[in-house]
Amino acid sequence: MSPTTREGGLAASSRVEVRPRARLPRFLRSTTLQGFAFTAPLLLLFSAFVLYPMLSGLYAATDPDSYRAIFGDPVFRQTVWNTLWYVVVAVNVKLVLALLLSGILDYPFLSIRVLAALFLIPWAIPALPGILSFRWALNSQWGIFNHLLTKFGFQSVPWLAQHDTALAFVIIFHIWKYLPFWTIIFLAGRRAIPNELYEAAAIDGGGIVQNFFSITFPLLKSLYLICTLLSMVFTLGDFTVPWLLTGGAPGDTTHVLATLAYRYTFAMGRLEWGLSTFAVALPITLLFIGMLMRWVKI
Amino acid sequence: MKRRQPGLRIVMLALTVVILIWTLFPVYYMVLLSLTPTNDLFQPALYIDHPTLRNYVYTMGQDNPFVRYFWRQLLTSLTVSLWTMVLVGAIAAMGSFAMARMKFRFRRYVSGLTLFTYVIPSSFLAIPFFQLMASYDLIDTKLALVLAMVTFATPYALWVLSDYARSLPPEIEEAGAIDGAGTVATFFYLYVPLIIPPLIAIGTYAFLYAWNEYLYALLLLTGEQHIPLPVAMSNFLTTDNAPWNLLMAVSTVYSIPPVILYYAFKRYLVSGLVSGAVSGT
Repeated sequence: MSPTTREGGLAASSRVEVRPRARLPRFLRSTTLQGFAFTAPLLLLFSAFVLYPMLSGLYAATDPDSYRAIFGDPVFRQTVWNTLWYVVVAVNVKLVLALLLSGILDYPFLSIRVLAALFLIPWAIPALPGILSFRWALNSQWGIFNHLLTKFGFQSVPWLAQHDTALAFVIIFHIWKYLPFWTIIFLAGRRAIPNELYEAAAIDGGGIVQNFFSITFPLLKSLYLICTLLSMVFTLGDFTVPWLLTGGAPGDTTHVLATLAYRYTFAMGRLEWGLSTFAVALPITLLFIGMLMRWVKI
Repeated sequence: MKRRQPGLRIVMLALTVVILIWTLFPVYYMVLLSLTPTNDLFQPALYIDHPTLRNYVYTMGQDNPFVRYFWRQLLTSLTVSLWTMVLVGAIAAMGSFAMARMKFRFRRYVSGLTLFTYVIPSSFLAIPFFQLMASYDLIDTKLALVLAMVTFATPYALWVLSDYARSLPPEIEEAGAIDGAGTVATFFYLYVPLIIPPLIAIGTYAFLYAWNEYLYALLLLTGEQHIPLPVAMSNFLTTDNAPWNLLMAVSTVYSIPPVILYYAFKRYLVSGLVSGAVSGT
């Protein structure tokens, strides 16, 4: 690169000579300074409200006693299991379904086009109203689910009042809410695959299943992997869905890390416990983030 | 594939029906409940005989203790969302100009920090962020919530804008250089007008991010008069005799702006993630 281009700074992809402004002193023409000036607001924002809180939180969570305390707490151990179930099951079931559904949404039938439009509603609606609707539908006395069950002669089930079904519905709600978003992502990924590949496969007489395994999946593999990591990290920190659907009930058995940390900090006044809860999840989170940062570029 | 089309069509139709029921039922149930008179609330059914708009009338008229501050809470949500939109737009526009159109040292680190902010779950930072705001006496101010929302909505906005800005031709800077415009003038007069379409889209994204946020709103704002709508709605759940039909009417009103905005801008709301993930591999 010629020195003039570097001096002008702006012309990232052009070789046209950019005249430096004669009036400005030399250091103000430096591209490093200009780059910093334009990114200053976001650097300030991220340092003050992401890096600083994270480091101060970690610093406050260095007391080994609080780790001893939370690992001795049966609620915490149950919470770790719940979080693992939530992250691993919800994310993977959701993404497999999204990958399959994105294939269905690619068909040019009228019914599919109607579906593709209406399918987005759970994603468009904020989580809270959806959770409230689920919560009332699952009410053991007046909810529609138990009403229908008893109508057809089954026993009614206290869905949100027992650990297994309550956790299951946290997972089900997550899938309901976020399936559309990831389906659209995969749909966009599928549309980026050149059609010639499928045409060539059609000449060889490849069926749908064979096409999927020999063309679609190999080409979407890296996108799929990134989406899995991203969704796992997001879900690991989810607060809203478990908090509003179960609130940890029954008897604090359905907490996930974020809701338990909230309970420790604000309901029990144990700030260090709350911070330590997140610190426990930090190594795996940072590992995932590190992997993502190697693959995704801004 | 052609020869199997009729069978395929039927399978697809059946699948469509199943998926639509799964997708729409909770939404239908919400709207149904919002139209249910209180007398029928405890008789669950898939339809209602006497739908009523009374719950909406109560909500709009603030005619029930639960919705006493409805308009004020709606206004709080709106104010926070609009400020988030404006600030994210400004910060991301500046940032994307540097990230997409300049070569400068340490660019890699800015990019890394942005991505880190995008990926780290915001709940992990909630408690220290709360402490930070408390130490500056900013609890119960909209500013605290706006700062949190701007921080967490900026990375994706920057991502989408930078991606768009990279596709613009290099003639922008050339034209600026010929006119003798400096970097700042090029940014305002040549760059910003060109990125208006994605700027509107990321503004929408930022608005929705703040509109939908629950955790930070719950932590940073307290008291019926200060809280935004979602926190007010979750406060219904703290009592045993919550009027669920009224709650669902508030829910429906709260859901309408995001649904409209999502459908209007859905193309932009996923483009960044897809291109980022695809181009990064």
